[in-house]
Amino acid sequence: MTALGVAAPERLADLKRRLPTGARLHFSVLALVLVVMAFLPLVVPESALPVAIRTLIFAIMAVGWNLMSGYGGMFSFGHAAFFGVGAYTNAYLLTAFGVSPWIGMIVGAGLSAGVGVLIAYLCLKYKLAGSYFALATFAFAQMFLLVTLNMEFLNKSEGINIPLLPEESWSMLQFDQGSLYYYWIPLVLLGVAVAVSISFVYSRPGQFAQAIRDDPTAAESLGIKVMKYRLIPVALSCAVTAVAGAFYTQYYLFIGPDQAFGLHVSTDAIIPAVIGGIGTIWGPLIGAAVIGPLSAVVAGFLRDPPPFLEFLYGTSGLDIAIYAILLILIVVFLPKGIYGTIRERRRK
Amino acid sequence: MLTTERGRIVLGLFAITVLGIAAVYLFGGKDSNLVTQTVVTGLLLGGVYVLVSLGLTLIFGVLGIVNFAQGAMLAMAMYLVYFMVSSAGINPYLAVVLSAPIMFGFGWLVQSTLMNRLITDVGHSRPLLVTLGLSLLISNTLLMIFGGRPLNVPSPYAGSVQILGAIADVPRIIAFVGAVIVAGGLIVILRKSPVGLAIRAVAANGTGASLVGVNVKRIYAMTFGLGAASVGVAGGLLAPFTSLVPSAGDQFTTLAFVIVVLGGLGSVPGALVGGIFIGLLQTVGSLFLPGSGPLLLVFGMFVLVLFLRPQGLFGANK
Repeated sequence: MTALGVAAPERLADLKRRLPTGARLHFSVLALVLVVMAFLPLVVPESALPVAIRTLIFAIMAVGWNLMSGYGGMFSFGHAAFFGVGAYTNAYLLTAFGVSPWIGMIVGAGLSAGVGVLIAYLCLKYKLAGSYFALATFAFAQMFLLVTLNMEFLNKSEGINIPLLPEESWSMLQFDQGSLYYYWIPLVLLGVAVAVSISFVYSRPGQFAQAIRDDPTAAESLGIKVMKYRLIPVALSCAVTAVAGAFYTQYYLFIGPDQAFGLHVSTDAIIPAVIGGIGTIWGPLIGAAVIGPLSAVVAGFLRDPPPFLEFLYGTSGLDIAIYAILLILIVVFLPKGIYGTIRERRRK
Repeated sequence: MLTTERGRIVLGLFAITVLGIAAVYLFGGKDSNLVTQTVVTGLLLGGVYVLVSLGLTLIFGVLGIVNFAQGAMLAMAMYLVYFMVSSAGINPYLAVVLSAPIMFGFGWLVQSTLMNRLITDVGHSRPLLVTLGLSLLISNTLLMIFGGRPLNVPSPYAGSVQILGAIADVPRIIAFVGAVIVAGGLIVILRKSPVGLAIRAVAANGTGASLVGVNVKRIYAMTFGLGAASVGVAGGLLAPFTSLVPSAGDQFTTLAFVIVVLGGLGSVPGALVGGIFIGLLQTVGSLFLPGSGPLLLVFGMFVLVLFLRPQGLFGANK
């Protein structure tokens, strides 16, 4: 059956009692999706593996962003800051002290959550909302970029290379190039991120956070501690995004200031969530599945264009132009995203 | 002028700028010729920033749109001028006059076809996302048409002159003068023309303005158009001393936000003083701070202004 089916009977009954129906359904779908996706590399050609891995990284980032901006209602335009903190923490601990990336990942997630909570606390304390919140988070991400460029111990603009090991190692999270573990590990990480999302959304703090998002004044008058329940999704969001950053470093064996803190990193976290559906469990995954392979598909298409599009041969930029048009059309005409719109139609 | 919030911001920034420069001369411990050169360079850089920020102060200040496409629109205007100069061989400064109305039309179109559909969005995140998409679309369309190799627009007035013992580039001086002219033009339009009155009315109270018969959506389109036209002029004036790549405008987007927030939303004099202040902060700061330190200073300033002056930030809307 599903993931719940493997639990011992008494545990299962216990779980069923505690979990609301909606959450149980989401967990079942998640288990099914993970199982199907686990077999994906056996079907698709090997050359598609890097694209699939990139897509998984996008998906983890978007799931993270969605926690803070979708469910928490605080529009972050600087998630690069949290991705970068995760990536650099891992890279620095590994190269300077030989710390295992698994530990680096957890330390990075914790550090990133701390940084995120601090930034969000300051923004909320000074009552920044909407565009101003977005601009402030953006400014922080840019400041992190500039600080990294000046930090001797982070190798300034040159970035940090992860030393290549002579043989595969689970503890150091390094495998042969093209190894399927590089696909399955982020898949499991994504599964954990989505599970965190589902648990949060159906938990008490999650319900409080959504109530605050929809009407802070009403929520406060009901006795909900607004600041506390706003910072919880921020912390979770930053931690999830940092994990994506740490894995990114391990997979590409390199992290530089631009790959960590560049503006495009922030948009990479936002756009899949927006296209799939902000504030939904499955939106970020669907959005990532649309956006992730787009570049590769367009590049393949341009290598052998049909006659009437011959003039596009050899040009670059078409993939991002298409992605931009898609973004504009979805924001203007389907503000709830692909998944959000489908869900709404089905409910009617 | 002192009685209004905006007037105080402008005068305050002006005073800080003058006092800051005086302090650097007196206590900076640097060679005074070097300081003069830095100040002149900073003033001219500030002129460039003013040009880019003038359009944004209208779009952000009046429409409340975080226009992330500001830099891309700037690049678009630069390429427009490049295209006119290289294909028709006209003078680049004449091309500026032609590119402004084209950019006005582009801005009008963006606002009336896309952004006007989003004015009900209170969180302002949808307009931001659309301008982000627009920015990616413009840069990559430019990349597809012109390629990524740097191009340049030759200035007919290349060369430099001496000002107070400092060397200044002539195209940059022209850009500075252009910034002051555009700012003056915008002030006249906003204060003296019927359209300007309508824009100010909409900025102050959209519902009220529509009740007395202002076509709010048309005014929105007009405002975005005016903002885009200012960017059009900026692009043309910057092109002769910029290495033209599709991402040439990106660095200005953030700085323009800093300047607009610093100078007060929707305030043209604020953008003028704010732009010069940031230009000077960056160049004079580089005398004392290494590498990207001055830029860090600018962002630190930005966050501080965002935190400490929320009432000033919403000034134009309330």
